[in-house]
Amino acid sequence: MKGAGLKLMVVVLAAFLVTGCSSRATKTDDAQSRAQVEDRTLSQGAGESGGGAQTSGLDARGDLSPAALNDPDSPLAVRIIYFDYDSANIRADFADTVAAHAAFLAANPTISVTLEGHADERGSREYNLALGERRALAVRRQLVLLGAAAGQVRTVSYGEERPTTDGHDESSYALNRRVEMVY
Amino acid sequence: MSSIRNPDRRRVGLAVVALCALLAGPAPRAQDGELTIRIEQGIASALPIAIVPFASVGESAASVDIAAVVRADLARSGQFAAMPPQDMPSQPASFSAINFKDWRVVGMENLVIGKVLSAPEGGYVVEFRVVDVYRGKQLMGYRIPTSAANLRLTAHHVADMIYERLLNQKGAFATRIAYVTVDRQGKDKSIYRLQVADADGYDPHTILESTQPLLSPAWSPDGNRIAYVSFEDRNSAIYLQDIRTGKREKIVSGPGINSAPAFAPDGERLAVTLSRDGNPEIYLYNLGSRSLTRLTNHPAIDTEANWSPDGRAIVFTSDRGGGPQIYRLALDGGAPQRVTFDMGSYNARARYSPDGRKLAMVHGGDGGYRIAVLDLATNSYELVTSAPLDESPSFAPNGSMIIYATMGASGTELAAVSTDGRLKQRLALQRGEVREPAWGPFRD
Repeated sequence: MKGAGLKLMVVVLAAFLVTGCSSRATKTDDAQSRAQVEDRTLSQGAGESGGGAQTSGLDARGDLSPAALNDPDSPLAVRIIYFDYDSANIRADFADTVAAHAAFLAANPTISVTLEGHADERGSREYNLALGERRALAVRRQLVLLGAAAGQVRTVSYGEERPTTDGHDESSYALNRRVEMVY
Repeated sequence: MSSIRNPDRRRVGLAVVALCALLAGPAPRAQDGELTIRIEQGIASALPIAIVPFASVGESAASVDIAAVVRADLARSGQFAAMPPQDMPSQPASFSAINFKDWRVVGMENLVIGKVLSAPEGGYVVEFRVVDVYRGKQLMGYRIPTSAANLRLTAHHVADMIYERLLNQKGAFATRIAYVTVDRQGKDKSIYRLQVADADGYDPHTILESTQPLLSPAWSPDGNRIAYVSFEDRNSAIYLQDIRTGKREKIVSGPGINSAPAFAPDGERLAVTLSRDGNPEIYLYNLGSRSLTRLTNHPAIDTEANWSPDGRAIVFTSDRGGGPQIYRLALDGGAPQRVTFDMGSYNARARYSPDGRKLAMVHGGDGGYRIAVLDLATNSYELVTSAPLDESPSFAPNGSMIIYATMGASGTELAAVSTDGRLKQRLALQRGEVREPAWGPFRD
């Protein structure tokens, strides 16, 4: 065979070959990671719009003392508000729940609540993060309108990052589109 | 078998071969947490190539089968049909040992031969040549000094050089990907990991582990740093981490959303999404001065910015028109202009192709959420994926492929598709979910 092409070009590629990736695992501080969401039981499984969330209306609320937070029969026991797809409107079936929490916060100015906004898994994560915030802010706006002080209500959005159920169907999505009220 | 130049014989159908081939790489290290790549749909016009096993010369044999890595890379690109070693008529290691007639008889067009020489100082030299079988001529030849630790990287560089020589397009094999894995350990406990691996899924490194969600990894243009969002403080905050040292810094935090970091091509600035002023807006964060400049101002959601490759514009998602659509904002002034028209009611998270001519995005429609590629010159788009829940598209730095997240049998997996939609691959983790892929820049 011909030896014409036998020449070897010598290329020193060493310079950019030596930098390996010596990355190191970094642990994040987990100290304050989970302290919430024990009381979110009542409206779990309500699911579909209409939800069957057992709200009892303002005049049935009675007790506005801090102890009401631990009363399973209080309207304050409903701590999750569900939303329609790509919507941050508070549905009519949750108006009483929001009103009960607003009245409670107004009566207890030293107590504060965190509203955690969530979205279902469909679509882009960052857009869903914004959607979760919009839902949390919608609830916050209503609470403040009904008497809670702005300083009592903190909001945080987790977008689609913390689904309450892992299913990939509409009934699961309906449960994941929510705002959780964490006292 | 005399019609050696018959084009029909020279172009073999990769689809048939690849559908049943599990291209898990040459030296299957069953390391936990490693991605395996499966080609699901190949293309018919793949170029036949034979990468002969490299001869080992000297004291210590290399721990990496260089030829096998090159073979897997080229096959994975979908552009090449790599001949299995057992089908090769011979396995020459030098030009003079090549019997061209044998290779022509089997219809082989391109031949790669090579050696791995162990150097006296402990390193290696990888030597290879690409030979045009029909003309009986060498097309290229290189000697690359390397180390034991960098043998795989060298193999990827060899694949890049072959790819570029034969296809006139830069290869993207010696690149890395970042992604987030989720290990669910119970109803309310998950471990989130931010990982960086070679583009073929090998050698994954966990650069951050957290019990709180991690999202939106974004590479710096030099490939040395990754910006991401972590919820470790019980709210979103943007961090910047050096992937070599592991050193990291919280760069943007505060009330509301702190998210969607995107490096400018100059590496000095990031576009970020903050809702501190009441609703999500795009800001410019200057790494040098640590100052924030607001870029958008609208009561709707504005988020997930991405830079044009020339750094003169960003695209972002906004629902100012009712539903999420893509808008473009020129940074030298003017109002945002909508980019996505007549594309349905849901278009989000656009990413520019490296040449700036296309946008990949998440498109919601009747069949669910898919990746669409919009040609900015013609305003025509193609849906390049078909699964019901596809998201997070990211272009390879040479623009040939798009990596994205999709629904797999046991949770979210990564997949890659050629920009024209013809080649499809799955990248699956042995355990847990993997999502939010970000393809890193060229490493040179």
